[in-house]
Amino acid sequence: MQGHTGLEAGTEKPSRTLAAVFCLSGFCVASRLPSSPFFCFCFCLCFSAEWLPGFSLLTAADGMVSRLTWYICQDKGSQKELLNLTQQDYVNRIEELNQSLKDAWASDQKVKALKIVIQCSKLLSDTSVIQFYPSKFVLITDILDTFGKLVYERIFSMCVDNRSVLPDHFSPENVNDTAKETCLNWFFKIASIRELIPRFYVEASILKCNKFLSKTGISECLPRLTCMVRGIGDPLVSVYARAYLCRVGMEVAPHLKESLNKNFFDFLLTFKQIHGDTVQNQLVLQGVELPSYLPLYSPAMDWVFQCVSYHAPEALLTEMMERCKKLGNNALLLNSVMSAFRAEFIAARSMDFIGMIKECDESGFPKHLLFRSLGLNLALADPPESDRLQILNEAWKVITKLKNPQDYINCAEVWVEYTCKHFTKREVNTILADVIKHMTPDRAFEDSYPQLQSIIKKVIAHFHDFSVLFSVEKFLPFLDMFQKESVRVEVCKCIMEVFIKHQQEPTKDPVILNALLHVCKTMHDSVNALTLEDEKRMLAYLINGFIKMVSFGRDFEQQLSFYVEARSMFCNLEPVLVQLIHSVNRLAMETRKVMKGNHSRKTAAFVRACVAYCFITIPSLAGIFTRLNLYLHSGQVALANQCLSQADAFFKAAISLVPEVPKMINIDGKMRPSESFLLEFLCNFFSTLLIVPDHPEHGVLFLVRELLNVIQDYTWEENSDEKIRIYTCVLHLLSAMSQETYLYHVDKVDSNDSLYGGDSKFLAENNKLCETVMAQILEHLKTLAKDEALKRQSSLGLSFFNSILAHGDLRNNRLNQLSVNLWHLAQRHGCVDTRTMVKTLEYIKKQSKQPDMGHLTELALRLPLQTRT
Amino acid sequence: MGTTLDIKIKRANKVYHAGEMLSGVVVISGKDSVQHQGLSLTVEGTVNLQLSAKSVGVFEAFYNSVKYTLRCDMRRSLLAKDLTKTCEFIVHSTPQKGKWTPSPVDFTITPDTLQNVKERALLPKFLIRGHLNSTSCVITQPLTGELVVESSEAAIKSIELQLVRVETCGCAEGYARDATEIQNIQIADGDVCRGLSIPIYMVFPRLFTCPTLETTNFKVEFEVNIVVLLHPDHLITENFPLKLCRM
Repeated sequence: MQGHTGLEAGTEKPSRTLAAVFCLSGFCVASRLPSSPFFCFCFCLCFSAEWLPGFSLLTAADGMVSRLTWYICQDKGSQKELLNLTQQDYVNRIEELNQSLKDAWASDQKVKALKIVIQCSKLLSDTSVIQFYPSKFVLITDILDTFGKLVYERIFSMCVDNRSVLPDHFSPENVNDTAKETCLNWFFKIASIRELIPRFYVEASILKCNKFLSKTGISECLPRLTCMVRGIGDPLVSVYARAYLCRVGMEVAPHLKESLNKNFFDFLLTFKQIHGDTVQNQLVLQGVELPSYLPLYSPAMDWVFQCVSYHAPEALLTEMMERCKKLGNNALLLNSVMSAFRAEFIAARSMDFIGMIKECDESGFPKHLLFRSLGLNLALADPPESDRLQILNEAWKVITKLKNPQDYINCAEVWVEYTCKHFTKREVNTILADVIKHMTPDRAFEDSYPQLQSIIKKVIAHFHDFSVLFSVEKFLPFLDMFQKESVRVEVCKCIMEVFIKHQQEPTKDPVILNALLHVCKTMHDSVNALTLEDEKRMLAYLINGFIKMVSFGRDFEQQLSFYVEARSMFCNLEPVLVQLIHSVNRLAMETRKVMKGNHSRKTAAFVRACVAYCFITIPSLAGIFTRLNLYLHSGQVALANQCLSQADAFFKAAISLVPEVPKMINIDGKMRPSESFLLEFLCNFFSTLLIVPDHPEHGVLFLVRELLNVIQDYTWEENSDEKIRIYTCVLHLLSAMSQETYLYHVDKVDSNDSLYGGDSKFLAENNKLCETVMAQILEHLKTLAKDEALKRQSSLGLSFFNSILAHGDLRNNRLNQLSVNLWHLAQRHGCVDTRTMVKTLEYIKKQSKQPDMGHLTELALRLPLQTRT
Repeated sequence: MGTTLDIKIKRANKVYHAGEMLSGVVVISGKDSVQHQGLSLTVEGTVNLQLSAKSVGVFEAFYNSVKYTLRCDMRRSLLAKDLTKTCEFIVHSTPQKGKWTPSPVDFTITPDTLQNVKERALLPKFLIRGHLNSTSCVITQPLTGELVVESSEAAIKSIELQLVRVETCGCAEGYARDATEIQNIQIADGDVCRGLSIPIYMVFPRLFTCPTLETTNFKVEFEVNIVVLLHPDHLITENFPLKLCRM
């Protein structure tokens, strides 16, 4: 039994959240009241904070204490005073009270704190602005919660001495006498509060404190408080009091179902009062109509119903329903039943409910709210198969007759889910058409964007197949209702997200393409100077997702013309252009693959068109490394497709772009030095340059030379060795170029090895270049002969040594001598890691054993190891 | 901060009965050692009779005037002030022996049952029924019962329970009777539902009630009034004498 209780306490949370949701739905009704913005505000709070456990609205303003004192001094007069305030003032005032309660408590003025709480709860007996009552209830019960918590914590802290802390599930025997006495004092003080409503609320707020006094305290107190509510004459005040009691009860003792049930049945007993003279007179006096008065009950009723029906056995639910039915199918009760009961229970009896809704009196509670509540249930649980169509027909017959667009859309929105779930595109189309028909006159859609958006979301959540979705005739006209740009873009984003998530196969369906191009264009056109980076990235991601899913199969020309069209449409989003360039490059390579490397005249022209596309697109990009890498990449693609002069053009463009690389670049919002990126790019570039054949009209190695000039002239960071590292890489390149046959080739492209065939002039040029570069390196090493740079000198020297070892011909005496010198240089100032040196030497010795490497033995002898002394 | 005295009585609720030992500790706290010339404890029981401002020759309530205090004095040298601390405690009469038997009472209130009515014809019609579970009450237990508004032409404003203490003091010239409201508890607010029972529930205030007392010279008695306020301005009272005891 104990375990069962614990479980229930643990699973209580979801039901509260659900109730909060219902609360919000209750609000939607109320939004039509004159006081709507404020009402909305409070219910949103109510929703977001789940009955506001720790909700605080405003921070304390200076001088609040003095104003509060004034407020308390005014005593009864103050209540009258409050009526003249605006709603915002009222909220502020109540929040001030909340703060001063905490202040009074903190400064040990317990009696003052109690007075403040009593004062606040008194406000709950006042129904003079009746539409405001639910909001007031939320605000004030928040203060009560604060108070209850303070009292409980205070008494709890009295049970704690230096040695032990009271466990969470303590029993009254563990509580010491002083704590018990203090607790009793609170209860005595509260029992002597003169007025019923404050006495009720304050006692309920400290219900949990009964735990200090006796084990049965709460289970005795709850039924008594439940009975006490019977003394509250106003039915609205009374039902909210019950809601509060149920809430506190669920929190403190969720296993005590009896009191919850009693609250429900007591409420039914007093239900007739709502239509009694006293209430009617009051409504006339305040000029409030019944259809706007009755929904004020819903949040509280829903809460009570929800508490009772939570985990309730089927029999109890049936009994509750029967009792509600006996009260003449009252719409208000019916609505709360549908809001609170399990969706499965409602869905299984959908036809009954429709019958009951139809029988309801038209004048009281608005009928569309009932259909809305029913729709909410049907979105969660499925009715019997055989009833489904009839349910939709019956419901829609009523919904379509709703005159007020707001009422209509609130209802329709809910029913779309049901329709999408159980029916085909035909029915959905009918419903969309109906919504358009209702929302277009007088531009009613402008006030209902959230609902319309929700409809779209529901539709696309159920129709993943976009060819079906776009064949729903009214889908696109429906989208046209989103005329406010921000909303339209949001909707487009939703659509694209679903498309990317669910589209499995690439498509060329013209309907999908047309529609989605339009959608993407809308997103793209929303970009302006003020658009945030994140937003742009998101939009680009979505558009790219679409571009990747478009394929015309073997119709490459069509594919290219799609990319051309896309480029003209999405020119403001750089990532999209990048994607397009990649796509076009890919297309060129696909073509090559299809032709197995042998382009026909036609395909050669096509490939050149692709290359041209890239060439003219890249300059419009802003990111310097994006451009560099794309030039290189596209150059490689051009080369692979035997477009030699185009490839040259790409590489030249890349080379002429290098001087523009700034020292710092922005990466994810942070400024970073660009050198390492440049080094990476250049190394990559060198590897490509190996296989680029020289242009017949230009000199030997003209690209390498040009690049070297650019590197030479580039303003490098002071105290940086990047330039030398690049030169080292150039040496690797030159070494590779002087080989008889290169390490790799592009199919059907003759590289310099076959062009020159190891011509001595070529090799001499190559050697000259090597010497120039090596001279530069050595020059730099010299400049490092200063104290602070010795370490750099040593490591650069060693890396140069390694390069020579790996790429140089050490049979050459000069080179051999240079390497020995470098070895010494590296060790000279003791900055080098001895282990590295040992390993290097071991490697040389090992290599010397290879055939044709005997000369390394001699070298190894000339490389002494410096002993560490 | 100088030296301070504090009295800590063992019982948290400070309630004692005749014949019991009142025990506890006196806590002296100070920074340094404290010199003194003796600590003394004094118990005082006082009855402070005040003349009523309202009527000449009548004493204000007896009840509040009975007070027990425990005083602790620390006598110190000339240079330092003597220190004093007082602490109030409560003496309850010894619980009565014997078995307590409830004495329930039913009531019906209609225009016809009322006395002191000037024009009965002008009264709106109503019928209020109910019962008290017992008019003889254990002082530590709440007064309980139920009340049903069976019908009422006029809207109900409020229903209240008024606890009244009646003190009678007899002497040679006759006797003086003084009734004081000591607590008023609202049990219904607004036009309550007809035919639905409303609980009657009142906790006796600890400091303002004592067991009913009857001696030859003076009496302390308690009564409860059920007060019904009707729109626009009718006040109906039904009186029930109570007998309070301590068990």
